[in-house]
Amino acid sequence: MAAVVNSELKLGMATREAFGRALVELGRRNPNVVAVDADLSKSTYTHLFAKEFPERFFSCGIAEANMIGVAAGLASAGKIPFAASFASFAVNKGFEQMRVLVAYPGVNVKIVGTHCGISIGEDGPSQMAIEDIGLACSLPGFIVLSPADEVAMRAAVWSAAEHRGPVYIRAGRPKAPVIYGPEQQFPLGQAIEVFPGKDLTIIATGLLVAEAIRARAELEADGVSVRLLDMHTIKPLDAAAIAGAAAETGAIVVAEEHLADGGLGVRVAQLVARTHPCCMEFVGINDTYAESATPEQLLEKYGLTARNIVEAAQRVLARKRKRAG
Amino acid sequence: MFKHIQDINTLAAVARRIRRHIITMTGAAGSGHPGGSLSAVEILVTLFFSVLRHAPERPDWPDRDRFILSKGHAAPVLYAVMAECGYVPVEQLTTLRELGSPFQGHPDRRFLPALEASTGSLGQGLSLALGMGAAARLEGAAWRTYVVLGDGECQEGQIWEAAMFGAFHKIDNVCAIVDYNKIQLDGFVKDVMELEPFAAKWSGFGWHVIELDGHDIAALSKAFAEAAAVKGRPTVIIAHTVKGKGVSFMENNPKYHGVAPTPAEVELALKELS
Repeated sequence: MAAVVNSELKLGMATREAFGRALVELGRRNPNVVAVDADLSKSTYTHLFAKEFPERFFSCGIAEANMIGVAAGLASAGKIPFAASFASFAVNKGFEQMRVLVAYPGVNVKIVGTHCGISIGEDGPSQMAIEDIGLACSLPGFIVLSPADEVAMRAAVWSAAEHRGPVYIRAGRPKAPVIYGPEQQFPLGQAIEVFPGKDLTIIATGLLVAEAIRARAELEADGVSVRLLDMHTIKPLDAAAIAGAAAETGAIVVAEEHLADGGLGVRVAQLVARTHPCCMEFVGINDTYAESATPEQLLEKYGLTARNIVEAAQRVLARKRKRAG
Repeated sequence: MFKHIQDINTLAAVARRIRRHIITMTGAAGSGHPGGSLSAVEILVTLFFSVLRHAPERPDWPDRDRFILSKGHAAPVLYAVMAECGYVPVEQLTTLRELGSPFQGHPDRRFLPALEASTGSLGQGLSLALGMGAAARLEGAAWRTYVVLGDGECQEGQIWEAAMFGAFHKIDNVCAIVDYNKIQLDGFVKDVMELEPFAAKWSGFGWHVIELDGHDIAALSKAFAEAAAVKGRPTVIIAHTVKGKGVSFMENNPKYHGVAPTPAEVELALKELS
């Protein structure tokens, strides 16, 4: 799927706020949509839904395991529940409930984890979800979405409601650059080709799509033709887009705000290994926990900026040339 | 709709048949949890034969009452009761735990769609029941949700998260029943992790509490009627039961929490239950 891109990358809404606003719109359209939250509704923006639909909002208190269980019960009786909290609590504390009450019976629950990655900043590692992609993808039948901006998030919320079955949506804390025009479509399971290119493919998700756009501009200035894929659906992966990128560009950099072990990168690598093995590099968090600082300082220190993507691209291109020569 | 039986002696006869099924099934499987199945027999028989509005020929009837066996390891009692109600053929019960059987080791909706929930990880069923109750209330629907918990299961933190949720949101169309047989896998509950004062815990969490002899069908019937009449808070029935009830050598014996009877024991047990 091709893209209509705003290359100025002006800051827009945080994806968590875009989620909260989209949920209200969805609630107006569909009376079966309900929400549960665990004392973080002001941070996840489900307070907007609670204000407009108080009878369809269930405050669970700080009790994530019960929150996921209640959501499963609501879904079993025909409702479309959105359960929201920081991903580090919803997914990590609610994981067993996601497994046995949601994934295993295939119940129609939507889980939205906010404050993903290290760009939450000052609150530090206990609040940062850096393993949620791996955890959610390990659950059979789950759709896993990782929208890059407010436009993608709005689409993700509507797609999640239309899809019958478990969905996990990843959201971030900081304001996110607006990448897409309002008319952009995000079909589930189809990567967005943000830019075409033939020398190298960058596959990015979430906040790192904007960083990848900046990295691409630098690489193109050096004469490298860069294909950029926004992998807004992490599960199921767009196998055709990935195999095509491997076969046609022969070099791939995967960039994500997640542990490099267990995230999008390893999933892409598995697919590449099965189809057209090629040179790959990975930009992610390298087997560590972050710390308190500003989001910018953390992204810099833990290697998740455009600069890190450019360097990874240069390494992978050098390997590709060596292999060819 | 399933035609209820009110006569206590007839229900007692059904309970005896269910106990025979539990012994036969677990004996045939060579594994499973007979003790906690036998203790819950009267609870499930009273519910399925005289309380729940349900339709075995139409398991997806939207107005049916919901039943969740949160202590999923007691699956044999649920399967036997469902078979006696007509959901599945009685003859199939001895396929328990076999490849492709509707009677998986723990309740699994993928193999038996008439089940309301797949259970087996303890502590989860109460949250599920309260979510269902909340949905029924939003719909203005009259159906009720019943959930059977184990006593050991109440050591799980999620039970108390759910207990707070149920009282706070006044979900009065949910009734929980604790099969308080005083024994869990490692031994007696009081030696593993004491629950007492148990009734005080539930009432402290805002629930309407009824305590009774969980093998007394008349008392159970009366309690379910009382629970349905209580408004503004959910009800928990603390049913004092005997683990392994009905089989002399299994009664109050922690060994039979998770060990199936041998062929000789099956013969002996069936003689006692004839």
